[in-house]
Amino acid sequence: MAIFCRAETKILVQGITGRDGGFHSKSMLDYGTNIVAGVTPGRGGQTFESKVPIFDNVADAVAETGAEASVIFVPPAGAAGAVFEAAAAGCKLVVCITEGVPTIDMVKIMPYLEERGVRLVGPNCPGFINPGQKAKLGIMPGNIVAPGPVGLISRSGTLTYEVVDALTKAGLGQTTCLGIGGDPVIGTNFMEALMAFHADKETKALVMIGEIGGDAEERAADYIKSNMNIPVVSFIAGRTAPPGKRMGHAGAIVTGGTGTAADKKAALEAAGIPVADRPVDVVPLLKEIWKEAP
Amino acid sequence: MNIHEYQAKEIFRAAGLNVPPGRVAATVSEAEALAEEYGLPVMVKCQVLTGGRGKAGGVKFCDSMDDVRTHAGNILGMDIKGHTVHKVLVTPAETIAEEFYVGMLVDRNSRRVLLMCSAEGGVEIEQVAKDNPDAILKYPIDPRYGLMDHEAMTIAMKMTTDVKKARQLAYGMQRLYVAFTHADASLAEINPYIFTDEGVGKAIDAKMNLDDNALFRHSDFEALRDLDEEDASERAAREADLSFVKLDGNVGCLVNGAGLAMATMDLVAYYGGMPANFLDIGGSSNPDKVVNALDIILRDPNVEVILFNIFGGITRCDDVAKGIIAATERMDIKVPIVVRLTGTNEAEARELLAETDLVPAATMDEAVQKALASVGK
Repeated sequence: MAIFCRAETKILVQGITGRDGGFHSKSMLDYGTNIVAGVTPGRGGQTFESKVPIFDNVADAVAETGAEASVIFVPPAGAAGAVFEAAAAGCKLVVCITEGVPTIDMVKIMPYLEERGVRLVGPNCPGFINPGQKAKLGIMPGNIVAPGPVGLISRSGTLTYEVVDALTKAGLGQTTCLGIGGDPVIGTNFMEALMAFHADKETKALVMIGEIGGDAEERAADYIKSNMNIPVVSFIAGRTAPPGKRMGHAGAIVTGGTGTAADKKAALEAAGIPVADRPVDVVPLLKEIWKEAP
Repeated sequence: MNIHEYQAKEIFRAAGLNVPPGRVAATVSEAEALAEEYGLPVMVKCQVLTGGRGKAGGVKFCDSMDDVRTHAGNILGMDIKGHTVHKVLVTPAETIAEEFYVGMLVDRNSRRVLLMCSAEGGVEIEQVAKDNPDAILKYPIDPRYGLMDHEAMTIAMKMTTDVKKARQLAYGMQRLYVAFTHADASLAEINPYIFTDEGVGKAIDAKMNLDDNALFRHSDFEALRDLDEEDASERAAREADLSFVKLDGNVGCLVNGAGLAMATMDLVAYYGGMPANFLDIGGSSNPDKVVNALDIILRDPNVEVILFNIFGGITRCDDVAKGIIAATERMDIKVPIVVRLTGTNEAEARELLAETDLVPAATMDEAVQKALASVGK
């Protein structure tokens, strides 16, 4: 199958009438995503693209349409509030695309979500796409993916597209392409994403796109080594990043000598996970270790 | 955003921590006046945004006004790890009977604010972490309730058996948590938190990093930004809302997306070149934004070639190409420009580029190789 979401999962979009929200909601609909509602305060009663009903708040949208998941395109100052609202209204899956959410807001959100059994993806992420399910929750381009057996986890956006594009062109389709986000505190981290892929029987191989900062890749390496037996390859961005500088993503920073690309590469290779030197090497590397590749 | 010790101390003071008085001086005579006001002995401490200030000779104990003149004179203008000292903090010197470390940061793994405490205060905590990690006690704080009295006291009692001191230390931790959350910090440190000979607890050094994502709700923090400490082109980038880091090479990089921007830098290095910068231009192909980005990159005289690496995705590449062409036509650019565009309508985009002097490339490897070829690599 795929992770987090099925073709029939009912999805709502918070911020559906905004510039980015509107643009990407249309693209999600065009891809075939089952968007059942939009939310923009003050726009209740209107429709989006003359078919998706808009509500003033998430509770109304859930009550009327049975929406189970929310995708958030709300500006940073309101994004944390939007996540709380989605969880309070009973959504069990929330994907927050917004970049620039204050970190303390994320810290406050997490226990609230845990108490309610809500999965959050993001913030500051491209979301995910399940090609076999025609489900796209976020901003990943639908035209570069294809259904297939490869799972992909990444901390970035366009770098992910680069690798996905190469996979698809090589005939390696995907179960789910997941961008977990570049912030220090994110709802679904590398490890949790790995566990989800581990539980998905359709995912036969994994690609992990990491970057400098933190030790998520190192922890992922440990988990894979002791728990998983499918082929995994990786790429780590930021070998040339100077220490102490935030490289765009709030979480992409080498601090006190930890979080370097070299450390991550060493940890992954020690766990038997090959690390590509260039994005273009990911596919050949995967084919090399994956004898049953389609 | 990193702030100075004296600025962090003001935030700590406002949150109720016991911080000795102190103000900054930009000249020797200002430093003297402050020393007169506080009375000797005083400490004169350089205010630069880097660690190891004491080791570099930027922190001095002054027992006489001659000392104040000599040390303030030496420290002002001093270069500390590439940072020029423009200000010194003058503060009464304290007697130190005991030193502790108290710090907090946002921990990615527990997704909480992590309290860190050590009885080995006054030394670099990174060194303690390396040599004797067990000497640092770590405690994730539940954001629903904050650092509760009994939690703070239990931790403090592990640091000292003196109950009076433990109470002060516990209170200090709780006030630091208030300062941390109210200021939207990403890091806050008191190193050291001391006890005087009389048993009074004080925060005599302070470090704080603020979360850039939260600056929008702290308009007063903009005044804390030290423009002297910021690279001119990094400042221009910040004002143009571009994510930019200056590097030492000659290949100027303009990329959409932070991860791809890092991967592009790495690829330049892979093929034997050196990137001049990190720059994430984001999803926009607005010519104004491209002009701003090019302007910032071209401030660097080392830049000999410009490399655009754009993975269009949903964004139409012909629109991006038009933006790049419009921007480059508005500017007088002497260096070659290599443009890699992939995504929707990329063939149309390459046709548009073919009518200009811009060098098109189909993949990021090809783009990097063409850029390096143009500078003789």
